[in-house]
Amino acid sequence: MTYVSLLSPVVCVCVSHFVLIGRTSAFLLLHQARAERFFRSDHTNNWAVLVCTSRFWFNYRHVANTLSVYRSVKRLGIPDSHIVLMLADDMACNHRNPKPATVFSHKNMELNVYGDDVEVDYRGYEVTVENFLRVLTGRLPPSTPRSKRLLSDDHSNILIYLTGHGGNGFLKFQDSEEISNVELADAFEQMWQKRRYNELLFIIDTCQGASMYERFYSPNLMALASSQVGEDSLSHQPDLAIGVHLMDRYTFYLLEFLEDIHPASQANMNDLFKVCPKSQCVSTPGHRTDLFQRDPGSVLITDFFGSVRKVEITMETINLTVPGIPLERFGGEPHTETALAYVDQLPVAQIIHQKPKQKDWHPPDGFILGLWTLILLVFFRTYGIKHLKHIF
Amino acid sequence: MGLLSDPNRRRALTNLLTRLNTPICVLCYLAGVAWFMGLAFEPFTLRTYMSENAMGSTMVEERFPAGERALVTAREFGAHKRKSGAMPVDWLVKTMQSRGLEVYTQSFSRRLPFPDENKERYMVRGTNVYGILRAPRAPRTEALVLSAPCSPDNSNNQAVGLLLGLAQYFRSQIYWAKDIIFLVNEHDLIGMQAWLEAYHHTNITGMDWAPLHGRGGSIQAALSLELSSDVVTSLDLVLEGLNGQLPNLDLANLFYTFCQKQDILCTIQEKLQRSDWDSVSGYSQAVQTMALMVLKQASGRPWGDHGLFLRYHIESATIRGINSFRQYKTDTTTVGRLLEGMFRKLNNLLERLHQSYFFYLLPSLSRFVSIGYYMPAFGFLAVILLLRALDLWVQLGALPSVTEDGVGSRALPLQSSSPSLVSILTPVVISHLTGAALYTLPVLSQELAVQHFPVSETEAVVLTAIAIYTAGLALPHNTHRYSSIAKQGWRVLKLVAVLYLAVLLSCTALINFSLGFILALTLVPVAAFVTPHVPKVLSAVVMVLLAPGCTLLYCVFAFQELQEAPVSLIDGWMLFLSVISQGMLDHALYGSLVYPLLALFIYPCWLILWNILFWK
Repeated sequence: MTYVSLLSPVVCVCVSHFVLIGRTSAFLLLHQARAERFFRSDHTNNWAVLVCTSRFWFNYRHVANTLSVYRSVKRLGIPDSHIVLMLADDMACNHRNPKPATVFSHKNMELNVYGDDVEVDYRGYEVTVENFLRVLTGRLPPSTPRSKRLLSDDHSNILIYLTGHGGNGFLKFQDSEEISNVELADAFEQMWQKRRYNELLFIIDTCQGASMYERFYSPNLMALASSQVGEDSLSHQPDLAIGVHLMDRYTFYLLEFLEDIHPASQANMNDLFKVCPKSQCVSTPGHRTDLFQRDPGSVLITDFFGSVRKVEITMETINLTVPGIPLERFGGEPHTETALAYVDQLPVAQIIHQKPKQKDWHPPDGFILGLWTLILLVFFRTYGIKHLKHIF
Repeated sequence: MGLLSDPNRRRALTNLLTRLNTPICVLCYLAGVAWFMGLAFEPFTLRTYMSENAMGSTMVEERFPAGERALVTAREFGAHKRKSGAMPVDWLVKTMQSRGLEVYTQSFSRRLPFPDENKERYMVRGTNVYGILRAPRAPRTEALVLSAPCSPDNSNNQAVGLLLGLAQYFRSQIYWAKDIIFLVNEHDLIGMQAWLEAYHHTNITGMDWAPLHGRGGSIQAALSLELSSDVVTSLDLVLEGLNGQLPNLDLANLFYTFCQKQDILCTIQEKLQRSDWDSVSGYSQAVQTMALMVLKQASGRPWGDHGLFLRYHIESATIRGINSFRQYKTDTTTVGRLLEGMFRKLNNLLERLHQSYFFYLLPSLSRFVSIGYYMPAFGFLAVILLLRALDLWVQLGALPSVTEDGVGSRALPLQSSSPSLVSILTPVVISHLTGAALYTLPVLSQELAVQHFPVSETEAVVLTAIAIYTAGLALPHNTHRYSSIAKQGWRVLKLVAVLYLAVLLSCTALINFSLGFILALTLVPVAAFVTPHVPKVLSAVVMVLLAPGCTLLYCVFAFQELQEAPVSLIDGWMLFLSVISQGMLDHALYGSLVYPLLALFIYPCWLILWNILFWK
C-alpha cells in the first residue's frame, strides 16, 4: 500500500512528463530505460542488524569486526535509528585496554572504529539468542524502546551481520549458548511470512560460517560467509601494544572494499563475492544466491549497505497549472469505479488452500511392526494355527 | 557354570596363579622400571603447548627500559642490608612508597623445634615488606604476586632491585586488570609461610604473625625471582613445591615461550635444552632431567619460595638467574622484559589457570609426560603386591588339605590354619609403636641427648632418629617370646602387610607419584619375596639394604650424581644427616608430609616384613 502511495506522485509526474512534453520514440525509450533502472530495486528503506556474539578480552577482534561494518553502514547513509547494534562485551572500556575508549581495526592504531558517536543498542549480557530472535521476528515486549526494535516493513532491505565463534551448524553466543542454523532459517521464514523484509543480505564471519546459511528456505535471501564447512576463519593481525588480534581477515578485506564505496557507487554484488580470495583469507569464502530473485550482478552494494533514496533530480520545469483533460474525452461512458481495498497483510487465502506438503512415505516403524507381530504370534499360539483358515 | 564359580576351573586358575606367580611378578617389576625409563624417550613424549585461550601467544610489546637503574637500586639495597644486618625495612618502605605503591609490613616469629644448621637458634624473627600496585580501573578482586627473597648474605640483591624497577615501570601503565603485589620476604620460606597464612586467614603451622593491614584480591598467580648477578647466562625454572605439588603446566609453557621470544637461554633442573632429543646422549639427558624432577618431587620440600603458594591453589613458579661461564650474557633489562611479558599475559587471565595439566613430569622444557602416561609405571609395581596377596589367599584357602598330617579327615582344619587375632595384631601394633617413637622421640629427647653426649641439638635429633630406626631391627627377637603363634600364622600377617603396603603406596602415588614410585621400587621386591623360608642372613642383608632409610641414602647419592656434583662417602653421609633434619624441620614448619609418612606408616610396614623374615 505504501508502495502505491509513495510512488503515485512520481508516476503521475512521469506520465504527465510523457504526455505533455514529447512523443518521439527515442525519447520515450530513454526515459523508459531510466525508469527501469530507477525501479530496479523495489525497496524503500534500509535496516541493519549487526551482532557480535563473543565476550572476553581475547575476542577483541569480533567487536572490532562489528564496529567496522557499523562504521561503513553509517557512512553510506543508514541512520542510527535504523541500525540495531548488538555488542556482547565492552572492549573500549575493558580494564586491559591500554588505549581506553578506543577500538582499533588496523595495527599501529590507524583507524579507531569506536569513535565518539557509536550507539550500541544491545550491550553485554543483553546479547542473547532469545533477544536476537526477538529482534528479528519483532516479538518484543511492549516496553522495549524503539532503538531496540527492528521496525522493518515489506519494502525494507535488511543487512544482517554476525560474527563470533562458530562451528558446523551453530554460532556461539556469550560462551554459554548457541543458535543453530535451523533456528536462524526458521526465524527468517517467520520474517518472510510476516513480510518483515523485502530482501535480506546475511553476512557471517566465523569458523565454518557456510554451515549457517545451508538451511535457509525463504525467498529473497542472499548469504555470504567467510569460510566453508571444515575450515577456520583466521584473524588478521595482532597489535603488539594492545596485545590482541585486531580484526578477522574476511572483515578486514570487506572493510577495505567498503571504504571504496560511496553512496553513488554502482558496484554490485559480484564484486562483493570476490572480496578476500583464498590467497588473502586462507579460508574459502562462500555465498548463496539461489533464493534471491534478482540477478546478483544487478544488485547494488548500496542496496544493502547504504540508504539511498530513490530521488531523481529533474531540471525541467513542469507546468501544473494547465487544467487536466476531463476523463469523459477518453472512452465515453462513465464507468463505475471499482471500490479500492487494502491488500491482505497475510495472504490468508493462499495459506488456507495450500496443498498439503508431500510427506515421503516411510515403511512402518520397527516398534509398530514388532507390536503387530507379537499380537499375531500370541493369537496363533493361543488358538493354534488351524484357525488361520477362519481368516482366509 | 561361571569361570570363578566352577570348582574345577577355579582350581585350574589358582594352580596357574600359584605356579606362574613369581615369573609374573618379576616380569611386572621389569615392565614397571622399563616403562618409567621409556617415559623420557622422545617419541613417547608430547610437545608442550599453551592451553589457556586467554593467554594466547606472546604478542605483546615489552618496553621495560630500566635495567641499569634496577642494578643501582640493587646495590643500594645491598649496602643497607649490610649496614642493618637484617632486612632494611625502613629503606624498603620508603623506596616502595616513592614508586607509588601502597606499602605494608608484617612481622612474624617462629620457634623452631630444634635449631637448624642454617639458623643456629631456636627463635626466628623477621619482617615481610610488600607493596600493592592497585589496578587503575579494575575492581580489587584479583591479584598477582611478584616476590624476591631477602637473603642474609650478599645474594639476591639484584632480584630485589629488579622487583623495585619493575614496580616503578608497572605503576605507569594503565592496562592492569589485577592488583600486583610486590613482596620482599625475610627468612625465605618461613617469611613466605607467615605472609600466606596471614593473607588467607589460616593458621596451619602454629606460627606467630601480625595480621596484614593491606590486602589485594584473591591471588591468581605468583612468580618468585632469585637473581644474584648483574648479568645472567641462563634462567632456571623451578616448579616443585610442597609435598610434590606442581603448578599448572601452562605457567611453564608461558615461561618457555617468552624465553624463546626474548632469546634467553632457559633451563629446567639446570640442564640445557638441546635439539637432538632422539639421540642416545639426548635421551640420557632427558632421563637425567626427569629423574632429578622425580627426586625433587619425592623429597616433598618446596624448592623455591613459590612452593608454599601451591597449597592455596595459586599457580606459582620460581625463576632463578644463573651466571655461568658462557659467552652470551643476558642483561637485566631483558630479564625485566621477560617478566613484563609474563605479567601482561597473566593479566589477561579471566579465571585461574586450569586448562593444562596439574600432574606431569618434564624431561625437558619443551616436552612433557602427563599422568595418564606415567601412572602405569607405578601400576605395574602395585600389581605385584596384589598378585602376591592373591597367592597368599589361595595358599591360606588350600591349607586345610596340606596341614592335616595324620590327624584324620575329621580333624577341624580351622584351628591350625587361622591363628588368633592377637598373635597377628601384636607385631602390627609393636611396629606402629616403634614408628610412633621414631616420629616423636627424636625432637622430644634432644635436650636429654645433648646433656649426655657432646653433640649439637640438630645432630642429637638426627642421631636419635637413626638409633631408634636401628633399634627396630632387633624387635623380632623380642616379640616372639611373648606370643604363641601357629606355624603358618606368618601367611596371614604377610597378607595383611602386603595389602597394607599396597594401599599405602597407591595413596601416596596418587598425591605424590614420585614418592610412591621410589618407595615402591625398593619396598615391593622386599614385600614380594620375604618369607620365613628364604635364607635368613642373605635376605636380612638385602632387606636392610632396601629399607626406607637406605633408600633415602641412595637417593641422596643419586641426586648429587645427577646434578653432576658427585660427593664422597663421608660428604654423602653428612648430606644424608642434613636431609633427615631438613625433613623433620619441613614437617614442623610447613606441614610437609614425607617425614610422618615414612616414620608412621612406611617404616612400621617394613618392620612387619622384617618380623615375617624372622618368624619361628
